[in-house]
Amino acid sequence: MAVTVDARGLSCPQPVIMTLDEIKKGNEKAIIVLVDTDTSKENVMRAAESQGCRINDVAPEGEGYRISITKG
Amino acid sequence: MRGKNIFASRGGIIGVGALIGVLAAVLQKLGNPGNMGICVACFERDIAGAIGFHRAAVVQYIRPELIGFVIGSMIAAYLFKEYRPRLGSAPIVRFILGVFAMIGALMFLGCPWRAMLRLAGGDGNAILGISGLTFGIWIGTLFLKNGYNLGRTQSSHHTTGWMLPMVMFGLLILMLLFPQIGGQEKSGVLFYSIKGPGSMHVSLWVALAIGTIIGFLAQRSRFCTMGAIRDLLLFKQIHLFSGFISMVVFAFIANLILSQFKPGFDGQPVAHTMHIWNFVGMTLAGLSFALAGGCPGRQLFLSGEGDGDAAVFVMGMIVGAAVSHNFGLASSPNGVGEYGIAGVIVGLAVCLFIGFTMRKRIV
Repeated sequence: MAVTVDARGLSCPQPVIMTLDEIKKGNEKAIIVLVDTDTSKENVMRAAESQGCRINDVAPEGEGYRISITKG
Repeated sequence: MRGKNIFASRGGIIGVGALIGVLAAVLQKLGNPGNMGICVACFERDIAGAIGFHRAAVVQYIRPELIGFVIGSMIAAYLFKEYRPRLGSAPIVRFILGVFAMIGALMFLGCPWRAMLRLAGGDGNAILGISGLTFGIWIGTLFLKNGYNLGRTQSSHHTTGWMLPMVMFGLLILMLLFPQIGGQEKSGVLFYSIKGPGSMHVSLWVALAIGTIIGFLAQRSRFCTMGAIRDLLLFKQIHLFSGFISMVVFAFIANLILSQFKPGFDGQPVAHTMHIWNFVGMTLAGLSFALAGGCPGRQLFLSGEGDGDAAVFVMGMIVGAAVSHNFGLASSPNGVGEYGIAGVIVGLAVCLFIGFTMRKRIV
C-alpha cells in the first residue's frame, strides 16, 4: 500500500520538504505525491532522484500531477 | 507542449542565468544606472515614485523591464499550458512580507539580483549585502524546518491571475499616453526623474523587449535568487544556485568587456559603505523573501503564471517602497535613512513573529 503526500496548493519549497520527510521517515517503500504545478512536479522529481529514489510514473491528475516514487 | 522542459535542466538554468547576467550588463551600458542593469526592488521603487506613491524626485520612472517580466512570464505560461490562476495562501501576510522585504532591500539599495550585479561590477559592499541575504535566508530555513508554512492556495477564475498583468499593462498604457518630456518632472499623471538614478534608463521598447525575454525564460527555468541560496542551505541542492552563480559570472565577464568593472568600496554607484547596515538590511530582505517563498523577480514571474498571492507580495513591495521613502527609511549614497534602522528592526521583529507563529499543521 503506497502512502500519499498531498502537496496540492502548497508553494515552493513545501512539496519538496514533505516528500523528503516521507522518504526519510516513512516506512512505506512506495510513495505517491500529488502536486498542482509544473514547478512542484520538477522539484519533487529532482529531490526524489537526488535521494536515490526511482520515479515510476508521472500522470496528470485533476489540475495537477500524480508522481509515483519507489524508495531506493 | 507538455513535453520535457529543457529550461528546467541544469544546462537550462545555467544558460538562463548567463543570459540574464549579460543582458543586465548591456542594459547598464545602454543607459540604466550603475550596477543596476536590472534591480527588481529598485525598479519597483521607481514605479512607486512614477505614480506618486512617494515623492523622492530622483527615483521616479516606470520601468518597462518589470512590465516585460510579468508579460513574458504570462506568454510562456499560456504557451506551455502552465497558466494556473490560484490564490488564498495567507495573502495579507505576503503583503506585509513584501513591505518589509522592500524596506530591507532599500537599506542596502538593491534586491538579490542587484546584490549580485553590484558584485559583478566590483562593488565590495555587495559582499556585506550577499552575506546578510544568506544569513536572512538561513533564518528562514530554520522556520521551514520547524513547520513554517503559509497554507494552501485555491484555484480561482482566470481573471484573478490577470490582475497584476493588467496593472502592468495599464502602466505601459500610461507611459504611452504621458511620455517623458525632456527637462520636465511631470507628464500628465506620471512623475519622471530629471536627475539621479530615475533619470537613467534605456528606451522604453528596448527595456520592454529585454524584460519580456527574461520573463519568458525565467518562467520556463524557474530562476530564483532566493531559492538558489535556500535550496543550497535546506536541501544541499545546487540546481537553482548554478543559475545564480552563472548570472554573476557572466555579468562579470560582460562588465569586463564593456569596461564597467570598477573594484572598490568607496564611490560605487547608488551604494553606501555602512557595512553593518548593508548586512542587516539584506538580512531582513532575505528572511522576508524566504518566508514568502521567492525572490522579488520570482514573485513577478509567478504573478504572470496566475499566482495571485505572488501578485499581492509585489503590491506589498511597491507600497513598501512608498513607506520607505515617505518615512525616511531608504538609504542614499550618504548612508542609511534617518529612521531606516528603526524600520529594519521593526521588520525583523515582524518577520520573526510570523515565522514563529505560522506553524499550523498542513491539513
